[in-house]
Amino acid sequence: MSFTIESAVRVEPLPPRDRLERIFHVEGLTAIYGTKPAIKDVTMDIYKNLVTAIIGPSGCGKSTYIRCLNRMNDLIPGFTQTGTIRYHGQDISGGDVDPVAVRRHIGMVFQRPNPFPKSIYDNVAWGCKVLGLRDDLDERVERALTQAALWDEVKDRLRASALSLSGGQQQRLCIARAIAVEPDVVLMDEPASALDPIATQAIEQLMHDLKGEYTFVIVTHKMQQAARVADMTAFFSISRGDEGQRWGELVEYTATETIFTKPSDKRTEDYVTGRFG
Amino acid sequence: MSSHGITRADMQAVNLPRRRAVNRLMELLAWLAAAAGVAFLALIIVSVARKGASELNLDLITKTPATGFIATGPSGLANAFVGTFVIVALATAMALPVGVLVAVYLTEFSPPSIRNFVSVSLDVLNGIPAIVIGIFVYGLLVVGKGQSGWAGAFALACLMLPLVTRTTMEVLLLVPTSLREASLALGIPRWRTTLSIVLPQAVGGILTGATLAVARVAGETAPLLFVSSIVGTGVSWNPSHALQTVPVAIFELSESADPNDHARAWAAALVLLLFILLTSMLARWLASRGRRRISTSR
Repeated sequence: MSFTIESAVRVEPLPPRDRLERIFHVEGLTAIYGTKPAIKDVTMDIYKNLVTAIIGPSGCGKSTYIRCLNRMNDLIPGFTQTGTIRYHGQDISGGDVDPVAVRRHIGMVFQRPNPFPKSIYDNVAWGCKVLGLRDDLDERVERALTQAALWDEVKDRLRASALSLSGGQQQRLCIARAIAVEPDVVLMDEPASALDPIATQAIEQLMHDLKGEYTFVIVTHKMQQAARVADMTAFFSISRGDEGQRWGELVEYTATETIFTKPSDKRTEDYVTGRFG
Repeated sequence: MSSHGITRADMQAVNLPRRRAVNRLMELLAWLAAAAGVAFLALIIVSVARKGASELNLDLITKTPATGFIATGPSGLANAFVGTFVIVALATAMALPVGVLVAVYLTEFSPPSIRNFVSVSLDVLNGIPAIVIGIFVYGLLVVGKGQSGWAGAFALACLMLPLVTRTTMEVLLLVPTSLREASLALGIPRWRTTLSIVLPQAVGGILTGATLAVARVAGETAPLLFVSSIVGTGVSWNPSHALQTVPVAIFELSESADPNDHARAWAAALVLLLFILLTSMLARWLASRGRRRISTSR
């Protein structure tokens, strides 16, 4: 059997935008570490049940941006942000919003697989138990592992340590852990950057298969990955100020096909054609 | 002159033989310094062992001190060993939970400014001479109330607290941030993440810190002289009275007129020394185990 990774996943044509449901409405988002701005004035909508990719060169604030969406930056001392992030119409960026409640609905998968030092089963089940999803736990674990395309590989050794899995398996376990608690959105911060092509393909395939149930936002520095999995793609770039400051900003955001074939901004075109980055 | 390639003239100019000689000399000095450190320890152990060997027997641990003007029959320091056990156990029970909580607060919850301030305060507390702690506890708990094992335990707990906190902080900082993020990203609260994910990773290191602190305070004499030293000869487990302790007993026996008492003091010192050696080794073992656990989970 031979197939190229390019052809393994195919993005269907987008429905018209007015038929899409807006899940995030981000307006004028500026994020600052200490005194250094990471991103300035980002305004973009993210739509339900689509895969949205964020691409751009290193240091353009891609990760900072998606970490704003589930308040993960709250953990970093000196982090501040301005602007609004509406999630289903409700502002989640204010200090009066409980970040724990936000993260309960907006899960995240990180760049490096970070399974708990527990068994494979407990990695998926622990979050469910703590969050009160105790009924039919075995079934829930199996479903999550199946959705993450890992079940067949681990079903006979659920009690084994998660750390005994390979990197790609660990990352799929992290995805299973994230979706087992029934989030609404799954944020993925370069989920395949530490993985080999086969594992990468498995993860892309599962995003494709699961987007009917979840909304995915994926940060990637691989343009081909965005082209393969994403319905919508946002291109972030680095801007420089007069006194040498650098910050990231959103340059262009549209259907993936458009951004790769008919980009409207010169910077996007340079990036997607490989002239820099 | 070219900047590439070193000519013979260059080599002579930097005087290599002299450099080599200085290097040898410094190496030798460093080696001697290290040897001196080990030699002191060996010297202490050997001399304590030689002087205490004659009285080192089971009676030392199981019998209480013989009483009477001319003491006869077997004599030991059972009361001191029991007292040290009770006081150190109580001190650990006081210092360990507080120290771990302080460390958890500082590493997991506090803003950096508070963390720095409290860390420096703990370092200062660590540097306070034990006798000053003794006077402080004397004024706080003993004046008007009398000496007690509780006061002794409290004084030792003051000495243990910074040690336990510092070692616990270090091991909590070793727990990778990615594990905390993994839990928080599921929508699990901070306290639950700390309790179920972070602390279990750090248990080995916390035990190491506690063990080291026990080894450190088990031999403390100065604070106990003030707060738990006026004692009878019977074995007592009750910390509401003053309890005899091994270091204080060594101090008192060394001032006795009876040469047998001197030998007993040396024997007690030997037991104390061996206990501290063993606990330190236990601490190292626990530490290496804890580190391995953390490194396998990245």
